[in-house]
Amino acid sequence: MGLSVTIAVSLFGLSFGALAVAAGFSFWQTIALSALMFTGGSQFAFIGVIAAGGSPAAAFSSATLLGVRNTIYAVQIKAMLNPAGAKRLVAAHVTIDESMAVSTAQEDPAEQRRGFWVTGIGIWTGWTAVTALGAWLGEFIAEPEAFGLDGAVVAAFLGLLWPRLKSVEPWALAVVAALVTTLTIPVVPSGLPVLIAAVVAIGWGLITAGRGGERR
Amino acid sequence: MSLWVWILLGAAAAYGLKILGYLVPASWLKHPLVGRISGLLTIGLLASLVMLNTVSVDQGIALDARVGALVAAAVALLLRAPFLLVVIIGAAAAAGLRLLGFP
Repeated sequence: MGLSVTIAVSLFGLSFGALAVAAGFSFWQTIALSALMFTGGSQFAFIGVIAAGGSPAAAFSSATLLGVRNTIYAVQIKAMLNPAGAKRLVAAHVTIDESMAVSTAQEDPAEQRRGFWVTGIGIWTGWTAVTALGAWLGEFIAEPEAFGLDGAVVAAFLGLLWPRLKSVEPWALAVVAALVTTLTIPVVPSGLPVLIAAVVAIGWGLITAGRGGERR
Repeated sequence: MSLWVWILLGAAAAYGLKILGYLVPASWLKHPLVGRISGLLTIGLLASLVMLNTVSVDQGIALDARVGALVAAAVALLLRAPFLLVVIIGAAAAAGLRLLGFP
């Protein structure tokens, strides 16, 4: 799971690298965004604001808002794996959508750990390297969309969610979260729809807690 | 030069938000509710990320070949296809629909 997600997501670095250079970022600034900021949604927002003529401060704000969901992922990873010392510092850097998704989709603790590290380190390496390639090739490369890579990412997230949908309650929550996300995307700033879905899930847990709802 | 400063500030903020979650005291995470909410949170977040990746464009919604990828992946999962095959089918569906002229 981790490897296929890693390959599909890393290849998107081609788009990121090419778009960043087209937006006026230098080769090394583009690499720095992938290697140091390393949270795809925030990176695309950062270069998007600059490409649209916005100020660097506005780019910073949009990118930071999109990064807030990583805090929630970090709490989940800590509850699951509790990495300590230097491992924690590295774990924090590779805490992103995909590493959270692959690890939390596993039932077995050893598989959760493996899923997190394979996906996190794998994507950091692949994403940064492919970003460099995209920045170097610039506008000469084809759109990854032509190869259906965006479809691969959609399928991967659905494939990670699927094993969790074993009874009525998770199905109901998944449908509500999907609806809330779709309805809020056009009306709130980017980054908030996922946070709103997280609040819905937490609220769901608190409300149903008193009724002794079954686990999973 | 100033763009460099904002890039590094953005990277620092991104890392700060990530490490913040790891600084939550472990004792808070021992509460029985945390296990249940964490399971529900995974479902809510994954469902949200599925839709975000399927319909979002810039600051709005678009229905394009990605919806076909979602449907194809769901059918593959219903037929118990393994994960890797599901991902490949998603890519093939989106690429195929675009070849046919869908956006």
